[in-house]
Amino acid sequence: MNRRLPGRIVHAALLLLVLAVAVFPFYWMVLTSIKTTAETFAYPPSFIPAEATLQHYRVALAEKGVGPSLVNSLIVALATTFFAILLGAPAAYGIARYEFRGKRDLWFWFISNRMISPICVALPFFLIARSLRMLDTYTVLVLLYLTFTLPIVVWICADQFRSIPKELDEAARLDGLSRFQIFTRIALPLALPGIAVSAIFSFIFSWNELLYALIMTRSKTRTAPVAATSFMSGYELPWGEIMATGTLIVLPVILFALLVSRHLVRGLTMGAVK
Amino acid sequence: MARRRSERWAPLAFIAPAVVTLLAVGLYPLILAVITSFRQYLVTKPRAPREFVGFDNYATVLTDPTFWESLGRTFQFLLIVLPIELALGLGIALLLHKPGLGLLRTLTRVSLVIPLATTFAVVGLIGRLIFNREFGVINWFLSLAGLPPVEWLGQPGTAFASVAVMDIWQWTPFVALVLLAGLTMVPPEIEEAARLETKSPWKILRHIQLPYLLPGITAVLILRTADILKLFDLIFVMTRGGPGSATELISVYIQRIGFRVFDQGIASAQAILLLILTIILSRLYIRLVYREVEA
Repeated sequence: MNRRLPGRIVHAALLLLVLAVAVFPFYWMVLTSIKTTAETFAYPPSFIPAEATLQHYRVALAEKGVGPSLVNSLIVALATTFFAILLGAPAAYGIARYEFRGKRDLWFWFISNRMISPICVALPFFLIARSLRMLDTYTVLVLLYLTFTLPIVVWICADQFRSIPKELDEAARLDGLSRFQIFTRIALPLALPGIAVSAIFSFIFSWNELLYALIMTRSKTRTAPVAATSFMSGYELPWGEIMATGTLIVLPVILFALLVSRHLVRGLTMGAVK
Repeated sequence: MARRRSERWAPLAFIAPAVVTLLAVGLYPLILAVITSFRQYLVTKPRAPREFVGFDNYATVLTDPTFWESLGRTFQFLLIVLPIELALGLGIALLLHKPGLGLLRTLTRVSLVIPLATTFAVVGLIGRLIFNREFGVINWFLSLAGLPPVEWLGQPGTAFASVAVMDIWQWTPFVALVLLAGLTMVPPEIEEAARLETKSPWKILRHIQLPYLLPGITAVLILRTADILKLFDLIFVMTRGGPGSATELISVYIQRIGFRVFDQGIASAQAILLLILTIILSRLYIRLVYREVEA
């Protein structure tokens, strides 16, 4: 019962170390975003700001166009998530519930889309979008983001649908429900946790994406990650504004992710341990 | 009869919209990339005829030492980063699995979500800040240990290491969470019985826990391989592939040829070769991990 004290201390110390390392870079970003410029360049560095300021946020939002880019990111991520669920959830249901020829190949194709390097898709897509005059539009980004969100939704939701007993379907059919009604009234409500998890992933991945946005957007639909990297030129970097932008991008996602961390972890590890 | 027919077409109605979309946005561009890879295609010369050049682009790429160097660098990165992430990840998973210290354990486990949810590009920005030579906090930590400051991002070897450190920071939590999920699958009776038999944690790991960890380890190996073949955001932001081409992994290199040198023909050939490599590796993945799950 009485575990040895030294063992407990080592255990606690190691856990604290992991905790500190996991949190530190994030803490440092937020800290730098509220430090004055002079304090950022001070040596030795300060771990608690002597003077907190929101000046960098004001400049980033008001003068550097970070505000509109956050709105762009939100529009693109929400639209992508909506379409990924709209198209992906029925597909996952079809794969989970029915037997048909070529199912294995279809499943493999869906999953392998997750492995493809975005640069392979970005090159030709750029040429297509340019000839259709669709560069710098939300549509082109949403379409591109479906290439990686659809496979995730199908992957996670198919697993969820498989866990619903088939007997429920049969009972519903005896009650005279059509296939589509069985899907919308029986399967969908029961699969809601899986759908929620895949929606969270779709949103976070779309929100975080850089490469496609870098290539496809100009000033009008520029997303937040692109805006954040656009500061990185010139000799003297405005670190306060850069980190303020970084915080604006990351903080909402992290708060949300912490809130739903249980579901998030389940989704992340699901494909891996089964 | 009518019943059987509808049975056959039912899955199609559910699956078709997603398949059509993915064909249009995923497969069609790849086919176009194959076509482009057989042409001379310079974005800077829009009026020049896009001549069909057969396998010339592929010949150019396959005999281009920079292509092989960046591919070699990619696997070097993989071979450095992956074992470290697996070892640290396993260590953290065991720490989180060990009984006692409930609150601290929960807190630590939840904190692992932070690196995972951080935008890759922002990880790169943070990397540039903390590895800065003059005011970077890493050099300050070094100075506490009495070490001289290092020009981290200015030299090939240390720049490579800096990018690796940020990748390890971001992805070790993923490995830890996957392995922790594996550890919790071990039936508690078996684990307790084993603990009565032996005091050696190593023996328990090797004989009791490892079988439950293997699927997770396999998945981590292959998913991380695919991720590193894709790795772009972090490097683009942190070093742009520099100094020189010290951190130019394959996806960054192809992006440079396609969008900074503007040779779409060559870049497409490179992308197709990378795609083939990815398909071979992911086939392997599906074989290893999805053996028993018949979809």
